[in-house]
Amino acid sequence: MATLAILLVIITAIPNLAPGNPARKVAGGTASPEVLAQVTEDLGLNDSILVQLGKTAQSVLTLDFGTSPAGQPVSEILWSSLGNSAKLVILSLILIVPLSILGGLIAAYKKDSLLDRVIVNVGVAFSAVPDFVAGVFLLAFLAVPYDFFKTQASAPGEGPLVQLQHLLLPAIAVLAVYFGYLARITRAGTINALEADYTRTAFMRGLSTRDVFRNHVARNALQPTVAVLGTQLGYLFGGMVALEKVFNYPGVGKMILDAVEGANYPALRAGVLTVAIIYMLATLAADLLVAYMNPRVRQSLGDN
Amino acid sequence: MSDVPGARGAIPQPVSGGAAAAAPVPAVASDGGKAGRNQIRREQRRVLFTSPAFVVGCLIVGFWVLAAIAPGLLTSAGEKEFVEAGNNSRPFGETWLGTDSTGWDVYARIIYGARPILIVAPIATALAIVVGTLLGLIMGYYRGWVDEVLSRVLEAILSIPVILMAILVVTTFGKSTPIIVGTIALLFVPAITRTIRSAAISESDLDYVTSAKMRGENGLYIVSREILPNVVGLVVVELTVRLGYAVFTYATLAFLGFIGGSVTDADWGVDVAQQFNQIVNDRWWSSIFPATAIATLVIGVNLIADSIDKALKS
Amino acid sequence: MTTIEEPAAPSQTAALSIDGLEMSYIVRGTPRKVLRGVTFDVRPGEAYGLVGESGCGKSTTAYAALRYLPSNGVIDAGTVTSGGEELTSMSARQLREFRAKRASMVFQDPVQAVNPVLKIGRQVAEAFVVMGQSKKEAEKSALHALERVRIAAPRSVMERYPHQLSGGMLQRVVIAMGLACDPTLLVLDEPTTGLDATVEAEVLDLVRDLRSELNSAILLIAHNLGVIRTMCDRVGVMYAGRVVEEGSVDEVFDNPSHPYTKGLLNSIPRHGLRKTDRQLFAIPGTAPQIGADLPTCVYIDRCPISTDVCRTEVPPIVQRSDGHWTRCHHEDRIADVPEPDESAIKYDVGTEQIIGVNGVSKTFRQRGHDVPALVGVDFGFAEGETLGLVGESGSGKSTLAKTMLGVHAADEGGTITLRGRVMADKATARREESVRALSMIFQNPDSALNRAWTVRRILERSVVKLTGVKGAAADKRVEEIAAAMQLTPRHLDMRPRQLSGGLKQRVAIARAFAGNPEVVVCDEPTSALDVSVQAAILNLLAQLQNDERTSYMFISHDIGVVRYLADRIAVMYLGRIMEIGSTASMFEGTNHPYTEALLSAVPSVDGIAEDRIPLTGSIPSPANPPSGCVFHTRCHRAIAGLCEVTEPEIRELSPGHSIKCHLTVEQLNEPFEIAPDADLATPVDDPTP
Repeated sequence: MATLAILLVIITAIPNLAPGNPARKVAGGTASPEVLAQVTEDLGLNDSILVQLGKTAQSVLTLDFGTSPAGQPVSEILWSSLGNSAKLVILSLILIVPLSILGGLIAAYKKDSLLDRVIVNVGVAFSAVPDFVAGVFLLAFLAVPYDFFKTQASAPGEGPLVQLQHLLLPAIAVLAVYFGYLARITRAGTINALEADYTRTAFMRGLSTRDVFRNHVARNALQPTVAVLGTQLGYLFGGMVALEKVFNYPGVGKMILDAVEGANYPALRAGVLTVAIIYMLATLAADLLVAYMNPRVRQSLGDN
Repeated sequence: MSDVPGARGAIPQPVSGGAAAAAPVPAVASDGGKAGRNQIRREQRRVLFTSPAFVVGCLIVGFWVLAAIAPGLLTSAGEKEFVEAGNNSRPFGETWLGTDSTGWDVYARIIYGARPILIVAPIATALAIVVGTLLGLIMGYYRGWVDEVLSRVLEAILSIPVILMAILVVTTFGKSTPIIVGTIALLFVPAITRTIRSAAISESDLDYVTSAKMRGENGLYIVSREILPNVVGLVVVELTVRLGYAVFTYATLAFLGFIGGSVTDADWGVDVAQQFNQIVNDRWWSSIFPATAIATLVIGVNLIADSIDKALKS
Repeated sequence: MTTIEEPAAPSQTAALSIDGLEMSYIVRGTPRKVLRGVTFDVRPGEAYGLVGESGCGKSTTAYAALRYLPSNGVIDAGTVTSGGEELTSMSARQLREFRAKRASMVFQDPVQAVNPVLKIGRQVAEAFVVMGQSKKEAEKSALHALERVRIAAPRSVMERYPHQLSGGMLQRVVIAMGLACDPTLLVLDEPTTGLDATVEAEVLDLVRDLRSELNSAILLIAHNLGVIRTMCDRVGVMYAGRVVEEGSVDEVFDNPSHPYTKGLLNSIPRHGLRKTDRQLFAIPGTAPQIGADLPTCVYIDRCPISTDVCRTEVPPIVQRSDGHWTRCHHEDRIADVPEPDESAIKYDVGTEQIIGVNGVSKTFRQRGHDVPALVGVDFGFAEGETLGLVGESGSGKSTLAKTMLGVHAADEGGTITLRGRVMADKATARREESVRALSMIFQNPDSALNRAWTVRRILERSVVKLTGVKGAAADKRVEEIAAAMQLTPRHLDMRPRQLSGGLKQRVAIARAFAGNPEVVVCDEPTSALDVSVQAAILNLLAQLQNDERTSYMFISHDIGVVRYLADRIAVMYLGRIMEIGSTASMFEGTNHPYTEALLSAVPSVDGIAEDRIPLTGSIPSPANPPSGCVFHTRCHRAIAGLCEVTEPEIRELSPGHSIKCHLTVEQLNEPFEIAPDADLATPVDDPTP
C-alpha cells in the first residue's frame, strides 16, 4: 500500500518536474497564449502539488482517467491495451510455465549430467538476449519464410484461433527470454528439497523414488518458483514494450510509450499505475499461493 | 610489559610439563597444511582462466572493446559513409555484411556502434554498484526506521518494469547520455541494495560483529572494515551480472529511440529499430546483424559473470 | 541396564552384523578412506553404543547399517548383515523392503527430519502405508504410535504442523515413525544432541522405557559418553574408522584397556572432579583426517605407549575378559598410560568484588510485545573467581553476558559495576578502562572470528583498540599472546577457515586476553569442540586464570565441566537466578527444585546415580512467563495456592548459598516420589513465533 502511495507521488511529480513546458508540448508549438493557459489548466498544472496528488488518487479510485489531449477517453485506450497484453501474457504463460518447471525439475534430478548442463546453459544464453532481439530473429527467420508465422501480432476482428496464431511468435520470444531464469530457480529449489533431511528420512523409511518426489519434494521445491512467477508476471505486462514495437502489437507497453511521446499525461498516469497495480496483485497472489503450500509462512502471514 | 596500560603481569610462558604444553601444535584442519589466502586465490584464478566460458566470454567482449576504442583498426569504411555498393546490397558479396537502406556499410555501423553501449553500460553499472552497496550495508546493519522507509521506496521502484521506468525518467529529464547513464544506474540500485542488505543482515548476526561492538567500535568501522570484506565476493558477482542487464537495458532504450546524440550515429539498438521494417522486404541483414551484435555482447558478459561466480565458489 | 547379555549364536541371528567394513568417500576424484575395517555385532534386543569423536566414522557406520551411502560414498570391502540377510548385496527393491519393515533410523536434528509442509499425522501414517496398510488403518496406527511415545493428546498433535511443535516433541514423533514397523534394528544417530538437558533426558527415558516393550535391537551413536553409559549395554569405541575397544559399558568405562579410551576418559571431569584436584588429560596431537594414510595401528601417532611393532604389524584383538576386547599390542602396559598432571592451581580467590550486577533487567520489544529476557538479576563475583552459569535455552544467559559487555542496555534502574564503579550502558559510551577490562569468548568460533581477516589482524585490532599500543609494539604483543596460546607465526598469517576448531578457539581466547582483561565471559567456549580438544582448552583457561588472576563467568550446559572449573555456580531459569552458591554446597544435596531436576537429568559417564526427576512440559516462552514463581508450571514440588501466586524472594539456605523458592530446607530435602503419568509429553504452548 505504501508502495502505491509512493508511486502516486512519482507519477504526479513527473509533469511538474519535466523541463520545458508540458502544456506547450500538448498544445503544440504555435498555440496562442489563451489556448496554452487553457491546456495548463486542463492538465491541472496550476494546482498545488497536493491538489494534484488528490486528483490523481481520486482518478485511480473512481477509475476515471480523464481524456487524452486528442479527446479520446483514456479508459478506452487503457482497457483495450490491457486486454491485448493479457492475451499475450496468457499465451506466454501457457508456454513458459510447464516448460520451465519441467526443465528445472529434470535438470535438478539429473544434476551435473550433460542434460542438466545443457538446460542450464541454453537457458542462461537465451535469457541474456533482449526481447526485441529475439523478436527480430524470429521475424526474419520464421515469419518471413513461413506463412504460418505472422509478422504482425495483432489481428483485430479475427477469431480466437487466428489471433493465437498471430501471437505465436511474440510468445515464443517471451519464452526464450524467461525460460532460463525460471528453470534455474526451479532447479535450485528442487535440489534443495532433494538434499533435505526430510527427503532422506522418507527414503530411509522405504518409500519409492516416485512417492518421495510426489509427496515430499514437489511441494517444497516449487515454492521459490511460484514466488518468482508472481514478480515476473507483473513485469510481463508493461515490460514487453520493445517486443510490442517489433510486432506492432498495441499492448500496455506501447500505450505508455505513445503516451510519453505525445505528452499524454492522463494516459501515462493510467498506464503506469495499472502496471504497478498488476504487479502488486500478481505478487500478492504468489504470496498467497506460497502460503498455501507452506504452513509456516501461513502462520507468520496470519500474525501480521 | 609494564608499559602496556592495565598490565598486571607478564603473559606466562608456555608451561612446561602438563598436557597443555606437551601437545605439539595441532595440524591445520584443511587441505594438508598449505598456508595462506594466496593459495585460495591462486586456485580460484586457475579455475577461472581455464574455464571455457571465461575464455569465450573474454574473447567476445574483448573484440567489442577493441571496436569501441579503435574502430578504425577493424574497418575501413566510416559509419556514415556512403559506400560504393549502394543501398541494400546483400551481405557476403562486395561488402562483408551488406549495406542498409540508407547505403551505409552494415559492418562499419556495427563496429562503430560498439562505443555508445560500452560507454553507458559499464559506467551505469559501476555507479549503481557503489550506491547500492553503500545503501545495502547501511540499511542492513543499522535497520530501524531508515531501513523501513528506504525499503518501501526501493520496492516502489521495483514494481515497475525497468524499461518503463527508464522511459518515464528519460522523458521527464531529457534525452542525453548522462541522464541515461544516471537512469539505468538508478534503476539497478534497488536490486543490488536488496542483495547486499540481506547479506549485511546475516553478517550482523554473527558473533564477530558482536565482538567488535564489545570493543567499542563505532558503526562506520564495523560496516566498512568488518562487514564489507565479507561481502566483496557478492559485490563482484552482482557487478558482472548487472553489467549484462545494463547492456540489455541500454540496447532496448536505444531501440525505442531514447538515446543521447544524433539519430544517425551508429548504435546497435537504433539501427535495429530503423531497419527491422526491411525484414518483410526480405532484407534481413541490416537489422539482424546489429541484433546479433547485441546478443553476442550480452552473452559474452554473462559468460564472464558465470565463470567468475563459479570460480569464487570453488 | 548394565547386565551383559549372553552372547547369542553368531552372525545369522544378529540384528546387525558388520564385518570388516571399509568405506571411502570420493572427493574430487580421489577416494578418501573413512572406515578402515569396522567389525561388530548388535545382538537382538540389546543396546549397542558406538562412541568416538568427530571424524571417527561413527555416523558413516550408522548410515551404512541401513546401506545409506552419500552419492560419493563407496564400500571398498566388508559386509553388512541384518537378521541373516546381507544388505550389501540386496537389490533396490529388497533394500526398500528392509528399510520399510525391518529397520529404522532416527537422525540428529528432528526439525530438519520432518517435512515442514505436511501435517504430523500424515507423515506418521506414511510409515504405516509403506508397510502396506490402507489409509484408514494407517491413521489409526499413527494415533496409536503417538500414544506409544507418551504424547498426551495425540489427536491434536496429529493435526499440527512441525513448526508448531518443540524439538523434544518432534523427536518423539520421529521415534514414533521409526517404531512403526516394530523393527528388529533401530539406529539412533546423535538423537539428543542439540536438545536441552531436561528434554534430552525425557527422550532418553522414553527410549529406555520402550526397550522393555519392544524387541528391537538398538544401535546408538553418540559422542557424549554419559549418554552411552546410561543407555547401552555394550559399547564400541571408534577411532579413525576402526573399532579399537569393545565391551560392556561398565567394563569399558571403568576399566578401559585401550590407550585412546583411557585418554578419552581422562579428559572428562568425572566423579565430581575439580580444577584444584588435577588437570584434565588432553590427548596430544589431532585426530587424523579422513583419507589420511595411516600405519597399521591407527592411534600410533598419539599413543604414549607405542613402539615400533605398532607401526609394522596390525594390532591383534586381545581379550580382556568375557566380551571385552581391545586392539592393541601393549594391552598389558595399559597402566603405563600416564595420568593427567597435578593441578598447578594455587588458589586464592580475591576478596574485592570485581563485577557487580545489581537489579539488572532487560526487556526486549518484539512486535508490540514486551519480552522480559532478564528480570531482577543480582549477583557479583570477585577477583580471580570463576562463576559458573547454568541454564537451558531461553534462560537468558547470553542476554546477561551481552548486557554485561555493553551490547544491550539494561533497563532503567539496573546497574553493572566494575570495581564498584557503575559502567555506562553501551560499550561505545564506556571508559576505555572498562571496555578493556571485560571481554568475551563465544561458543562458535566460525561465527566469532571474522573470516575475511587473518589471525594476525584479528589479534592486532584488539591489541590496538583496547590498549592503544601501535606499530612494532603491537606486533610484539600479538606474537606474545599467540605464543601463549601455542599458535605459531605460521598460524598468524592464516585465515580462520584454515584452522581446526580447537585452534580457532585458541585464537578467540587470545583475542579475549589481548587487552589484559580482568573479567572474561566464556559463553559455552567448548561446546562445539571434541572432548579431547575441550580438555586442552579448559586447562589453558584454568592456567591463564591462575597466572593472570582473571575472573571468569563461565556459561555452559555441561554440568561436569562447570563443576570442574567453577568456584561458585548460578542457575538461571527464564531470566531469573534461581539458585546461587559455592560449587561444593551446590552438590551437597539441598537444591532448588529446578536445579534438582536438572542435575538428575544429566547423563553421567559414571553411571546412573539417582532417580530421574522428569520435568513435564517445555520451557515456557519468555514472552509469556507464568505467574508467581515462573518455575511452578513444571515444578515437582510446587505448593498449590502459593507457588503460582507469589514470586518467591531470594532466601539463604546456608552462608553463601541462596535460592529463590518458597520451600523450606526440610521440604526440599524430602525424597521425591515420581508420579506414574509424569512422563507424558504435552504440547503445552506453541513455541515462540
